[in-house]
Amino acid sequence: MSDFKHIFDTYQWDTIEKEIYGFSARDVQNVLSKEKVTLADFKVLISPAAKPFIEQMAQRSNVLTKKRFGNTIQMYIPMYLSNECQNICTYCGFSLTNKIKRKTLSEKEILAEVAYIKSLGYDHILLVTGEANTTVGVPYLKNAIRLIREHFSNISIEVQPLDQDEYETLIKEGLYAVLVYQETYHKATYKIHHPKGKKSNFDYRLDTPDRLGKAGIHKIGLGALFGLEDWRVDSFYTALHLKYLQKTYWKTKYSISFPRLRPHEGDVEPKVEMTDTDLVQLICAYRLLDEDVELSMSTRESETFRNNIINLGITSISAASKTNPGGYTVDQQSLEQFEISDERSTEKIKQMIQSQGYEVVWKDWDKNFC
Amino acid sequence: MESKSKNIKMTDVLKIADKSFQSRLFTGTGKFSSSQTMREAIVASKSELVTVALKRVNLDNESDDILIHLRENHINILPNTSGARTAKEAVFAAQLAREALGTNWIKLEIHPDPKFLLPDPIETLQAAGELVKQGFVVMPYIHADPVLCKRLEEVGVQCVMPLGAPIGSNKGIMTRDFLEIIIEQSKVPVIVDAGIGAPSHAAYAMELGADAVLVNTAIAVSQNPVAMGIAFKKAVQAGRMAYNAKLAPVKHHAEASSPLTSFLDE
Repeated sequence: MSDFKHIFDTYQWDTIEKEIYGFSARDVQNVLSKEKVTLADFKVLISPAAKPFIEQMAQRSNVLTKKRFGNTIQMYIPMYLSNECQNICTYCGFSLTNKIKRKTLSEKEILAEVAYIKSLGYDHILLVTGEANTTVGVPYLKNAIRLIREHFSNISIEVQPLDQDEYETLIKEGLYAVLVYQETYHKATYKIHHPKGKKSNFDYRLDTPDRLGKAGIHKIGLGALFGLEDWRVDSFYTALHLKYLQKTYWKTKYSISFPRLRPHEGDVEPKVEMTDTDLVQLICAYRLLDEDVELSMSTRESETFRNNIINLGITSISAASKTNPGGYTVDQQSLEQFEISDERSTEKIKQMIQSQGYEVVWKDWDKNFC
Repeated sequence: MESKSKNIKMTDVLKIADKSFQSRLFTGTGKFSSSQTMREAIVASKSELVTVALKRVNLDNESDDILIHLRENHINILPNTSGARTAKEAVFAAQLAREALGTNWIKLEIHPDPKFLLPDPIETLQAAGELVKQGFVVMPYIHADPVLCKRLEEVGVQCVMPLGAPIGSNKGIMTRDFLEIIIEQSKVPVIVDAGIGAPSHAAYAMELGADAVLVNTAIAVSQNPVAMGIAFKKAVQAGRMAYNAKLAPVKHHAEASSPLTSFLDE
């Protein structure tokens, strides 16, 4: 049984939901007058009652973020290695039942993509795959990391959950971070969206950050996919998970991502809409809860939104991303996981960030530390 | 009067290993809004020793933005091992820095905890001993722990760098009582590192007798880093001068107008 699961099982979704929707403006004012924000306070800050206080939260988030991270934004870029997948995820373009052309990059293709990405200036890379354990299992990932290691200071992956010893193998090869989103902490809803494949095992996924912590990973990225369930309750569970992990695996760094459902090959409409205001409220609430956690923003979001979010607590962003394997140079027509929204070039994004008084950071790790 | 004040300034050079420093303000390169601003602020602060995180620079790239700016202005580069979680990683990082940057000076930072960036005393002591043996000038970032400072001195570090408050917190000299013991006991220069958020904090550390301070966040994150660099320069000079001039004693108790022992004179 999962270590976090002991804690997870003591919480009831409905109770938390009721609590979050029951707060008043006075509760919010009380929290905002405190110096330290607790997990209980976080619930108040993500509640509908806190919406009118969003400017105050944003101001505080801006100050706290600058104090800890300075006037800097870290750049990263995803590289999709494969869109083969044996899972059914109702919201994902790579889902098993989608009749699409499947592709997994060869060594030569990986290096071609790397050469292009390097030419843009990136030094932190995120490798992404679906879940196809026979073709894109640990040996494939190990080889991919080995191939690209000399080209990047910092390598992250967003792939199927693995066992502890498998993570240990990849860490030895130079893996820095693993991003693994629970998608939703609502067990019944999770089952609906993940009916088949290894991913249908809710508990195994929930246990993944524990296995990563035990393997001694440098950084774990958490998140929920917004749209599947009520974003407020899912975010509370994510924060609960974060706080548990920080105490248990104190040598590991953490980041939070904020994926909102985007159009793709499948046909699932978001069950719960998350507005731009909601997302800003959530980002600021995380910063108030935790001054040190990294907050990451992908190209799923629109130009306008990304232009304005730089000041609000975000610490790392991607640019000019392709969400299909070989998308940069090799096979620009292969099927993408989802449509990105902000299609501006890396140079444009760099200028946008600099114009707001931030330095763009390309390198903030050294491969010799792994 | 004037010649005496001049005298204080003239002879008050800080020596660490083979280098002499006119300025007792050390700075860092992190958190600035651009490398241009960084350069201007550091130049304005007159700092002669600037720490650079090894993980932030391209060691194999001659055109690294941070390094170019420092070299152009002939500022001593003090590489640091930030990111290292163990003594072994820190020693390796120091060796890399020495090779790539051509300096045997190293700011030893080992913080296994990425959240609060607090230094690991056990790994730091171990790495310090090893690096000294390998010929490094070791400047260890540590807790304000007087015993640890003496232990580090014994293994041959050239200075100690106790923290004033948690790094990046800008809270000032929260560890005063321990810093006073360290300053009193130390045979090597004491440089207060981390937590200094305002020029007044820096002046205070210097008044206590610190040999130098290291300031980064407070300058980099200020609305006007150049002006703040100058403010810190002046505060450090003022604090040092006050220390040398000997502060008037603080009276903790009022002196009674009818002393209890006056009968002895009668």
